Amino acid sequence: MNLLQRLFPNIDDWGEIGRACVDTLLMLGGSMALTVAIGLPLGVLLYLTAPNQLRPMPKLYAVTSLLVNILRSVPFIILMIVLMPVTYVLVGTKLGIRGAIPPLVIGAAPFFARLVETALREVQQGVIEASQAMGASLWQIVRHVLLPEARGGIFAGMTVTAIALVGYTAMGGAIGSGGLGDLAYRYGYLSYKSDYMLVTVVLLIVLVQLLQMIGDRIVARFGRH
Amino acid sequence: MIRFVDVHKSYRAGGRDIPALQPFSLDIADGEVFGIIGLSGAGKSTLIRLINLLERPSGGQVFVDDVEMTALAEPALRAQRRRIGMIFQHFNLLASQTVAENVAFPIRLAGERRAAVVRPRVEELLARVGLADHADKYPSQLSGGQKQRVGIARALANRPSILLCDEATSALDPQTTASVLALLAEINRELKLTIVLITHEMDVVRRVCDRVAVLDGGAIVERGSVADVFLHPQHATTKRFVNEALPEEAVGAHVPYAQVPGRLLRLSFRGDATMTPALGRVARETGIDFNILAGRIDRIKDLPYGQLTLAMQGDRVDAALAALRQAGIEIEELPR
Repeated sequence: MNLLQRLFPNIDDWGEIGRACVDTLLMLGGSMALTVAIGLPLGVLLYLTAPNQLRPMPKLYAVTSLLVNILRSVPFIILMIVLMPVTYVLVGTKLGIRGAIPPLVIGAAPFFARLVETALREVQQGVIEASQAMGASLWQIVRHVLLPEARGGIFAGMTVTAIALVGYTAMGGAIGSGGLGDLAYRYGYLSYKSDYMLVTVVLLIVLVQLLQMIGDRIVARFGRH
Repeated sequence: MIRFVDVHKSYRAGGRDIPALQPFSLDIADGEVFGIIGLSGAGKSTLIRLINLLERPSGGQVFVDDVEMTALAEPALRAQRRRIGMIFQHFNLLASQTVAENVAFPIRLAGERRAAVVRPRVEELLARVGLADHADKYPSQLSGGQKQRVGIARALANRPSILLCDEATSALDPQTTASVLALLAEINRELKLTIVLITHEMDVVRRVCDRVAVLDGGAIVERGSVADVFLHPQHATTKRFVNEALPEEAVGAHVPYAQVPGRLLRLSFRGDATMTPALGRVARETGIDFNILAGRIDRIKDLPYGQLTLAMQGDRVDAALAALRQAGIEIEELPR
């Protein structure tokens, strides 16, 4: 009997753990890409349309802001169940990686949008005024001033969002989306195989640590000089 | 040429209109350095922003080079703004971009992206402001004076006809202020650029400006050539600014005039009068005696001037004063 078997008596298929890791990473990668694709423009919209900002539109801001707050206030596990019909319409299944991505994105994009909005508000008003004085259009200000100046904060927001998404994917495991959360729930919780629980928790910790490290590096490299 | 016609500005706050600038008209000529001096809250930041319409007037018209800025639609206004450079108290550089990228920024905004055009122009601009060796640094690696030089290079990038300076030296120490002002004067001379600057320091006005307007409580209370305003301030606010610009000895604030015999006079020399030994000659010819109580000899931009406070005694004081006036010296009799 080798050491692994003695330490983790219930785990007979390490390949299953490996596949669960890959599933988690796929869910994370897919949902993260879409979260950024939706949350970044949404954050810019929130920033620009807020009162006293570059394009104040009180009604649009109020509606967007309310929607974002509603989506952020629903606990993810409930959001996931509530969204099941929508998920089915969008990707044709409620289960697996594909079934997990719509609720993950709908849960994380508003969160990320708020982080983007906050990061943009950190950009000095004077820098924006200077670019207006240079004849920059709104789009030029967004593209060449706001986003580059806020990129440190935006990358930090991405890191926070990615880590939140790791938590969401684990919760998704409880209702059939697969991945490490599914493993921990089925074997660790329902079948009392605590060695499964231990391994998945350790793997999740390692994953979060890695994300934080990579995020910090990127922020240090591209943040403020 | 910048022309304000019956311009006024008020802000809406809490359902009421708060006046920021009383109706005024003002012409600023091509190639001159025009100073606007006022305390904080006097409306000078608003006034300078009316030129490139960062602030829209509540009424009246603003013309820049015969274009009515107030009538322009957004795209035309952006094009016009590219011809007006602006520098700021806190520099407002892009922290995420290098010095060279900051200077190239307005050129790129204007649609010129070819490196073969942009790069030599950036090099030329950085050389002009004395930062040729700092092209690849980031703003946070520069001193305040260097940051303002980057701001100046950036403001000049699109070859503007006007440069607006918003408290450009207020965040700098006296030596750095002097070198930045010298650079502005050099740019004004060599590029024939019109410069409008706002400041709360009379010394800045004295060193570089040709004309000045004094702003107090949203109204222009005094305006004219810097020499006239500086040597003969009329309004109380102007007097305060002028006195702040002078060392205490020059104002004579600490001299107990009451005990000094004779008539108290302030003599102002400017230009050529500064160079002639008029006072000594007149004293010899008329036999009067004088006692210098306070004085200062300096320059207003390129114009040398002197101002002396003195007590004059003797039988022929009036004749002496007439002779001094003859020699181009301005005389004010001070109350005792």
